[in-house]
Amino acid sequence: MNLVLALCIGILFTAGIVCLLQRCMMRLVVGLILLGQAANLIVFTGAGLTSGEPALVAEGAKVPPPGAADALPQAMVLTAIVIGFGLTVFALTLLNRARETSGHDDLDAFSETDRI
Amino acid sequence: MSDATIIFLQLVIPVAGAVVCLATGRAPRVQRVCGVLGSIAALMAAVLLVARVDDAGVLAAQASGWAAPYGITLVADRLAAGMVLVAALVGLATAVYGLRDVTDGRLPWTFYPLLHFLLLGVQGAFLTGDLFNLYVWFEVMLVASFVLLTLGNGRAQLEGALKYVVLNILASALFLVGAGMLYGKLGTLNMADIAIKLQDPSEVALLHTSGILLLAAFGLKAGIFPLFFWLPASYHTPRVAVSAVFAGLLTKVGVYALIRGYTLFLSGTFEDLRSLLIWTAVATMVVGVLGAAAHFEVRRILSFHIVSQIGYMVLGLALMTPLALAGAVFYIGHHIIVKTNLFFVGGIIEEMRGSGELGRLGGLYRNHPWLAVLFFVPAFSLGGIPPLSGFWAKLAIVEAGLEAEAWVATAFALGVGILTLFSMTKIWMEAFWKADPRGEEAAARTGARKPLAPLVLPAAAFATITVVIGLAGGEMFAYAMRAADQLMDNAIYIRTVLGGLEGGVP
Repeated sequence: MNLVLALCIGILFTAGIVCLLQRCMMRLVVGLILLGQAANLIVFTGAGLTSGEPALVAEGAKVPPPGAADALPQAMVLTAIVIGFGLTVFALTLLNRARETSGHDDLDAFSETDRI
Repeated sequence: MSDATIIFLQLVIPVAGAVVCLATGRAPRVQRVCGVLGSIAALMAAVLLVARVDDAGVLAAQASGWAAPYGITLVADRLAAGMVLVAALVGLATAVYGLRDVTDGRLPWTFYPLLHFLLLGVQGAFLTGDLFNLYVWFEVMLVASFVLLTLGNGRAQLEGALKYVVLNILASALFLVGAGMLYGKLGTLNMADIAIKLQDPSEVALLHTSGILLLAAFGLKAGIFPLFFWLPASYHTPRVAVSAVFAGLLTKVGVYALIRGYTLFLSGTFEDLRSLLIWTAVATMVVGVLGAAAHFEVRRILSFHIVSQIGYMVLGLALMTPLALAGAVFYIGHHIIVKTNLFFVGGIIEEMRGSGELGRLGGLYRNHPWLAVLFFVPAFSLGGIPPLSGFWAKLAIVEAGLEAEAWVATAFALGVGILTLFSMTKIWMEAFWKADPRGEEAAARTGARKPLAPLVLPAAAFATITVVIGLAGGEMFAYAMRAADQLMDNAIYIRTVLGGLEGGVP
């Protein structure tokens, strides 16, 4: 399972970066989404994978049983997913407006604000 | 008032301000009054915090009484408190400036709530003692800044925002990966706890991947070389009030995170990265100032100068002596005030002449000598002319560089100072000194359509503060030295955070 997830993260990062380097606007958004998912997966798997051991405290006990999953990365990744979702929606709206006002979606043509 | 209450007030006031401004959105006058009053309240709370922190050293508050390192900790040391105060000052000045600058259409409806949300993110980032929390505050700040940047939907704005948004989302992803990997290795996110765990040298080897990712994330927010390209591409496009608060605060949050990182939770990796940081700082200074020299529009020139000045702050951090850190802290405070002020003045020029292009400006000194004074103070403070604040800031960095025998970096710092002065002189000669290209008659008429008082008041107040910091440089520098001592010896910080629950909210 570890290997599969590690490969997944690697592929997501690679695909994300490849998409970011394209000139088309839609690929840019896809790239950002893929990178965000890769980051989320890293956080999720960062503390190690446990299977079938939910982080629940048994009745009467004060702490979860030994070997239980760490709940913190799950909480963090939920926060990160929500934030990432918001950022993606904003980026999509922005790119759409930028395309409407400029009439094209070639990122290399957006050089007005860098002009000397 | 308990210590924890004072710390939480710094966050509660911006939230309350934002909510009230949202609720009063339909009554613009009420909303404006609330927006300004909220900023005044935030400033008062910040003054209280600085006074308390300067007495007590470090204050910590544990949210809901969850003991560190399990709960969320807010910490105020002298650096954080000082930053909170300066940020609150910029918030107030921008709120006043916005009274006239952001008036058309539906813009004000969103400006004041977002300004307070932006300040919430900034203050949270300064005060948090938890790495993941820092990420969340960065996002609060970022989302508010995205919307502020695109207010008005101008074509150039959308283009600038495109670059700003994409690169900052990228930085957030890097930050998240860095923080997640750090948690995977150490099992904690509390900065003080990380610092303790990394005192064991065998753990440090594991830290470098996360360390580099965090350096890239903070560096991108700070605008260091070669990660700064989003900044000059976007900062000259939005409303002046928005550019001013961005120019003053946002990159400095990145610098703050770098300082916090390398004096606390990343201190184990610092030695390996010292020369990288020094040369990055030098490259940032040089590239920024050369970019400024190549441009001929007021706000574009000023944007490149932000990059160049960030180099000085990072150089102060990279030298890592008490004097250098104090210099960096003083530099940040001075820079926030001066740079915000320069954008304010740039905005007044644009308001009066309808353009910031140097070629179309001229004769301002002859027709508006008061504006010349308002520009002169921050511009020549930025250039480092004594006795203005920038002189002491540069002096401290240069002296620390000489003490640390970093000859080449110090030589660059001095050279860049001269070029900065050159580029300020360029604006002075073009906009103020030369004759108005439109002829005398036209020059005597101001193009201002709106009363200028709300624009001039914050600029004049900040110019006064610049002069006062310059004249009372000793007092201010003593505070910066005390802040630097706390940074050099993080034991007090760690003990206050992990030591007990005295400051906790029940």
